[in-house]
Parts: sequence; structure tokens; C-alpha cells
Amino acid sequence: MMEIFDILLSASFWAAAVRIASPLIFATIGEIICERAGVLNLGIEGIMVVGAFAGWMAVYQGAPLWFGVSVAMCAGMLFGLIHATLTVPFGLSQHVVGLGVTLLATSSSYFTYRLILPKVPSPPKIEPFQPIEIPILSDIPLIGEALFHQTAMTYGAFLLAIIVAIVLYRTPLGLAVRSVGENPAAADAQGLSVTGLRMGAVMVGSGFMAVGGSFLTLSAFDTFLFEMVNGRGWICIALVVFGAWQPGKAVLGALLYAAFDAFQIRLQQTSIGSDIPYQVFLMMPYVLSILALIIMSRRAEIPAALMIPFRKGER
Amino acid sequence: MRLEPIDNPSLARKIALPAAALAATIIIGSLLVLAAGANPFATLGLIIKGAAGSKFALLETLNRATPLIFTGLAVAVAFRAKLWNIGAEAQLYGGAILTVVIGTSALAALPSIPHLLLMAVAAALTGAMILLGPVILKTRFGVDEVVTTLLLNFIMLLFVSYLVEGPMKDPMGMGWPKSERLANEARLPRIVTGLRLHWGFALGLIAAMVVWIIQTRTTLGYEIRAVGHNPAAAKFAGIPVNMVLVKTALLSGGLAALAGYSEVAGLKGHLSLDLSPGFGYTGIIVAMLALLHPLGVVISAIFVAGIFVGADSMSRAADVPTYIADMLLAIALLFMVLAILLTRVRLVRG
Repeated sequence: MMEIFDILLSASFWAAAVRIASPLIFATIGEIICERAGVLNLGIEGIMVVGAFAGWMAVYQGAPLWFGVSVAMCAGMLFGLIHATLTVPFGLSQHVVGLGVTLLATSSSYFTYRLILPKVPSPPKIEPFQPIEIPILSDIPLIGEALFHQTAMTYGAFLLAIIVAIVLYRTPLGLAVRSVGENPAAADAQGLSVTGLRMGAVMVGSGFMAVGGSFLTLSAFDTFLFEMVNGRGWICIALVVFGAWQPGKAVLGALLYAAFDAFQIRLQQTSIGSDIPYQVFLMMPYVLSILALIIMSRRAEIPAALMIPFRKGER
Repeated sequence: MRLEPIDNPSLARKIALPAAALAATIIIGSLLVLAAGANPFATLGLIIKGAAGSKFALLETLNRATPLIFTGLAVAVAFRAKLWNIGAEAQLYGGAILTVVIGTSALAALPSIPHLLLMAVAAALTGAMILLGPVILKTRFGVDEVVTTLLLNFIMLLFVSYLVEGPMKDPMGMGWPKSERLANEARLPRIVTGLRLHWGFALGLIAAMVVWIIQTRTTLGYEIRAVGHNPAAAKFAGIPVNMVLVKTALLSGGLAALAGYSEVAGLKGHLSLDLSPGFGYTGIIVAMLALLHPLGVVISAIFVAGIFVGADSMSRAADVPTYIADMLLAIALLFMVLAILLTRVRLVRG
């Protein structure tokens, strides 16, 4: 038991939790934007791969780090455009298109990687974002390092969640996006462009997913590895439900998930961990996600028009 | 611009649009090959030669198609009822585990045919049970099955990793994380002696026939279509929607598990973490390209397998990365769903 307290009382554990949560926050916020407008985006897993790859490759070719993040965002928006074109005006199955986009985005990244670097034995490294220490605040015990000694991208993730929450709930644009996800016919009657708003939401949301992917290569690690996203996109889909489609609750969910993930990694190295196969620890985050879905599904306020294509003049 | 339904789409439209989708895929594929600095015609030739250019190549393609027939059928059956089973990968591994457990157990004293049957039944039941969980969560609590089946894939892979490093590890395996080999009686024999194609392929064809008969000739098949088309209307018509979903899940999970059974008993002979390079996910493409038609799944599985086998062989000869196979399939999938929609609707101004 002492070992568990040791983990929970170490500053590095909390810092790791915030770090692990950061890409999830970007991507979950992106998915929330899509789903709030009524479009389930299962392209998320592949779009995160594209973001991780494109951002890293841009920086490897000599671009500054923030330019790499922008490249990731643009790449994500491009795949978002493909998704949106097929699911919004054409109203195709969001499940099938989403999985297709994931496959396309993933394979395009791998293909391009091999094209640019045909014969590298191990992927080259870049100089990633460095943690920025905020004076005084970062000296707070336990949480100081977690909250005030992170990279600029982590601060960006929390800032993004706040901005998106304000836009969604406090601006006419946010109201419009939410209304096309709740009642597109009524939105249309008010003169809003359902197609335009939905396509825009999917593109912007996909852009943020890709930024989440680029966090992995530009901030958390310093290189691009195949299978690096490893189901994080699907976790984000679960986090959206867990967070009841609200940015604030989703950030909380991401932090909870990440804390659990950081905890299981550290628990593996204790005496408790040596008795239990390491796979059990690795399984726990996925099991936890499923349990969270079961608990939250009863009171989830799902956008009423999620996954329902809108065709003008049809009811 | 808006979409307007077409009442009686002409046959020409029904053929031309999917053909156009295929042509568009080939054009984009050629551009990708050009980007890689190779000749598109030569590359296409190499892919076809690698997939079907020799008896060996053709058998390799059919072998690769075998698990895809099963996972493709699993997806086709489930998607028909709008049950989004993205967990064929987990069900495949579930089937593979039971196949190895029974195939290496004391039951090995059984004669070959009952042994093989017992393994198949146990595998199918396991797969069915694995999908039953998410479906009960869906019908009982309204939990989206896309996420749960996807997450189960990751859980199952970790479980297999535990098994092949722990309780099921082959003590004679030189430390490799893999299980013991099946007893000889527990191996699916080759269809023709001397040719590298096992009975799993024939079993796949039979499974496709059975699914086709279920879908077209039974009440369950009718109910599955009704539930997929409009669950509210199906319920109103007195169809027990949840029960139909459960039955669909049992069928779908069982079929996916048979892919694991056939790969272990027919090809690999043991369980390891590289048993499936994503056959469960590829099954989705196979099913969609076949328009969810069970007999179409067979053709589409052979086609998809051919692209993978051909691209592998091509990338060894030309400097085009083998990932082009996945890209082509994704592009083909997206164009195909669009083409199928456009056979039924047209774009009009206004």
C-alpha cells in the first residue's frame, strides 16, 4: 500500500498525467466539435496519425516547431474535408466513411514516410518542444510541476478547451453549431446553412485531432513511430461520451484517464506489479473506458441529430 | 445543390458508377506510383503478376483470402442489421485461442474429424460470446457498440500477449512468445495434396453459402434486414429487435472466430501475436466492397487479398512502398460507397 501512496505523492506522476492527457484533450475537443454539429468522426484515429506524421516531417525538413503544428492542423483539415464531403452533403454512413478515412489517413502517412525516407533503419529525431517553467508557481509541491512546468503545447491544450467551451456556449457561432447537431431542420428554417456549419465543424475538429497527434511527435517524444497513436483516437471517442459532449467534463475525463494510465505504468515497477502480468496493467485503461461508457451512458445528453444526415426539404 | 432520389435507376447507371469508382481508384493509384518514381503500368503489372502470375502466387492469394472471407462475412452479417461490429479482430483471436487450447489438449487422442469439428464449434462459440457482451451493453444500456468492440480488440491483443508469454507459452519455443503447435490430427488438411491451400478456404465458401441462405431464405434473414433498414418500423411490425440483434451478433462473432480457427488449424499451427495483420479491420473493407452480399464477400476477399499479396511482391521489385495497398483499398472503399449512393440519387441544383 505504501507504494501506491509513494506514486500518488510524487510530482513526476502528476506531471506525467497532465502530459499524457494533452493529446487526448486536443483530439477529444476536436471530436466534440464534430459531434456537437451532428457528425460522428471515426476518422479520428487516422487523423491523429496524419497529424503526428505531418507535424514531425515538417519539423524534420527544417520548419520551426509551431509551423509543424500548423502543418499537422492543415493535414487534419484536409482529411476532415474528405470526411465531411462524403458524410454531410452526400449523407453517407458516418461509420463506414470514418473507418475509411482512418485507413486512408494512416496508410497515406506510412506511404509518404517510406517515400521520403526509403531506407532508414530507425526514424530520425527532431528537437521537440521543451517544458517551460513558470517561476514561483512551478515550485508548488506536488502539482506545481504538473501544471506549471509543461511544454507550450500542453498549455495550448487547456487554452483550446477553454476557448472552445466559450465559443460553443457563449457565441452565436457556437449556438449555430449546436443547433445543427440538435435540430437541423429548425436551424435550416432560421436561415443557417446546415451543410456549411457541419462541414466547417468537421474540418476544424479534424484539425484539432491532428494537432493532438502532433503532440506525440513534437512534444511527448521526438520522433515518429508506426503504431504510435495506438488506439488513442478510440479512447477519445469514449471520452466524448464520458464527458457528456461538454469540453470541461471531457478535459476532466482525459485527466482522469491519463492519471490512471500514468499510475498503471508506475505500479508495474512496484512489488505489486511484479506479481501481476504487465498486460493486465496495460488492459486497465481500455477496461476503464468501457466501464465509464456503461456508467455514463444512462445520463448522457447525446446531440439529438448525431449520425443523422440532413437533407433539405425532407423530414 | 441537393440530392434527388431516382425512382428506377437504369442498369447502365448501376454498372457505370461502380466502374467509374474503380477507374478513379486506379488513376489515383497511378499518380501515387508516379510520385514514388515508378512506372504505373509496370507497377500494376507487377501487382497482378504477384497476385496471380503463377500457381504459387494464386494459391498464396487464396490462402490470404481465407481469413478475409470469414471476417468479411462477419462484418457483412452485422452491418446488414446496422450492428457496427468493428471487433472482428478480437473475435478472431478468441477463436484462435480455443482452437489452440483444444488442439493441443489431451483430446488430441480423438480422431481427426471430430477433433476438427469440436475445435470449430468451440472457436465459433467463443467469438459469439465476445460479441455478445457489447451487444448486450447496446441493447440494455444503450452503449455504442463501435467503441466497445474497438476497445475489446486492444484488450484481446493484450490477453493473447499474456497467454503466449505466460500460461500458453511453448516451452520448446526457444523463448519466442508463441503457443505449442497443434497435434497433427488437429490440423486442417490441404484440399489437394501437394498444393499449399487448406480446407479453411473451402470452409469459407461453405460459410458464405450458408450465410446467403440464411439471409435470403429464412425468417431471421428477413428480420435482420428489417432491423437494419428501420428498427422503429421493425419493432412496430412485431419483430423482437433486440433478440434479432443478439442472434446477428452470435452469427457475426462466430464467423469472425472461424477466421482465427482456420488460420491456426490450416496455416500457422500455433498462436502468436502476428496471427492476424488486421484481418478483422480489413474484413470491413471486404464486406463494403461486396455491398454486404455474402457471395460477393468471397470475390471481394480474393480481390483484396490479391492486392495485398501483389503489392507485397511488387514492393520487393519496384521502389513503391507496400502501404500503397492499404491506400488503394481505402480509396476504393470511399469511392465505392459514393458510387453506390449515386446509383440511387442524383445531384440537382437548388
